[in-house]
Amino acid sequence: MSWLIALRAILHREALRFVGQRGRLVAALVRPLVWLFVFAAGFRAALGLSITPPYQTYITYETYIVPGLCGMILLFNGMQSALSLVYDREMGSMRLLLTAPLPRWWLLFAKLLAGTLVSILQCAAFLAIAALWGIVMPWQGYLAVIPALALGGLMLGALGLMLSSVIRQLENFAGVMNFVIFPMFFLSSALYPLWKMAESSPLLRDLCALNPFTHAVELIRFALYGQMNLPALGWVALALAGFAGAALWGYDPARGMQGRKG
Amino acid sequence: MTRLALLLMTIALPVQAGEIWVTNEKDDTVSVIDADTLEVVKTYPTGERPRGITFSKDFSRVYICASDSDTVQVMDPATGAILHELPSGEDPEQFVLAPDDRHLYIANEDDAVTTVVDTESRTVVTQINVGIEPEGMAVSPDGKVAITTSETTNMAHWIDTGTHQLFANTLVDSRPRHAEFTADGAQLWVSAEIGGTITVFKAADQTELGKVRFEITGVNSDLIQPVGFKFTPDGKKAFVALGPANHVAVVDTATLAVEKYILVGRRVWHMAFSPDNAQLFTTNGVSGDVTVIDVAAEDAVKSIKVGRFPWGAAMRPTKG
Repeated sequence: MSWLIALRAILHREALRFVGQRGRLVAALVRPLVWLFVFAAGFRAALGLSITPPYQTYITYETYIVPGLCGMILLFNGMQSALSLVYDREMGSMRLLLTAPLPRWWLLFAKLLAGTLVSILQCAAFLAIAALWGIVMPWQGYLAVIPALALGGLMLGALGLMLSSVIRQLENFAGVMNFVIFPMFFLSSALYPLWKMAESSPLLRDLCALNPFTHAVELIRFALYGQMNLPALGWVALALAGFAGAALWGYDPARGMQGRKG
Repeated sequence: MTRLALLLMTIALPVQAGEIWVTNEKDDTVSVIDADTLEVVKTYPTGERPRGITFSKDFSRVYICASDSDTVQVMDPATGAILHELPSGEDPEQFVLAPDDRHLYIANEDDAVTTVVDTESRTVVTQINVGIEPEGMAVSPDGKVAITTSETTNMAHWIDTGTHQLFANTLVDSRPRHAEFTADGAQLWVSAEIGGTITVFKAADQTELGKVRFEITGVNSDLIQPVGFKFTPDGKKAFVALGPANHVAVVDTATLAVEKYILVGRRVWHMAFSPDNAQLFTTNGVSGDVTVIDVAAEDAVKSIKVGRFPWGAAMRPTKG
């Protein structure tokens, strides 16, 4: 029972933070929309992108990057949660959280779940705006994408948790931007299909194929068309397990980074 | 939401089985696409550089312009066997079968003539001198008027099919490539590839009624080259292939305004409707595929790989 109370409290706190910080919601939506309306418009040539599954015919660049931009929302939110944990640690509210008489993994999971729910809501808002703009998916896709977004969100949130166990100060967040968000986003299939990457450099293509963010994006892309991409699902699940494991280790007072330095 | 509803409606409708036959210019073959499964089911060899393709009224024969073989081939669509060849004049590119199901009007690009061939006696009835590089061919629904467009003279030549004489020549924009009468025979539409327009004429007195113009954001206007086009059975809309602009335009035939542009494969040439008219198949020359458009939703659904440089398309209903 107390487990549920803790879960509710953490969800409630995340919801309050989400509602309270209007700017954050707007920023979370504006970022992908700018990509969609400005960046994609610049690339919108007469030429459709070559046909790769799950697409059956030629598509505009705008249509191509929508799943990648959903991934971008998940990625930024995952990092944002990490940032808020670092903030909590600095402010001291984390000590309150972590001293709750519950297993630490449960508390971290509740935090992860809360962040993911917020991400899914933001993706839903983004997809709604894209649909108004004329980028409409089949209706099954809008249902199938929910579990894909959840899994991708959990995976990237776990990555954020793992990082937050290492980062000591808020100022270091710029490093996260440079060394995590940008490479993850640009070295993925979010903006360009992998065959296009292979044309310029097979090495880049291989790096993209290793990037768990690529698989999260592909999982979302296939789901938006009501299809399942099993390899992507496997890679995302594996990455989730890896990141979650590392985060738990990092937050373990006996062994983790926290313990050694704190 | 309405698009979705329309899509569901078209899926729910009983589908009449049929095939789409596509000529592959560089492969010297025709690809046969099953209109239900949207897959290539057969490929038959033809003469060199097949382009124009059309069926006889009872669909028992298919006529194919083998441009570089300087002949029109007659194929049995059931077996793919070439039954015989028809004299066609040099370099036949496009042709049209007259409503009498017997006479073929063939544009001979290199000779500046239109050849009239009797498909029963397999003889040339006559050759009519027209402008330079004739290409587009059309016959009015009552069979009384034939049209040849000449690419270099930039004219539509109006031929009286009774006397085989030209009775009018009307100027259109640069390089006219395709002509078609509306189903009621009241209008003639002529597309101009370089001019980037379609000129609409009143058939009764050959006066110009207006022009259709095209503009796609982000696409250089030089690339917008209207070629083949087809009217929907209700006559309310025209689908126009825009060549290297890689789009098909949907035109309101009443206002001549473009309602939508649909992204298809590269260098789109010609098109054919499925038997139930719910789908439209466009041949994309450079990308070597055929894009299937959902007519009601006005959206591309699928692209099917065919041979190299698909050009002409024609539909044959089959028993399903």
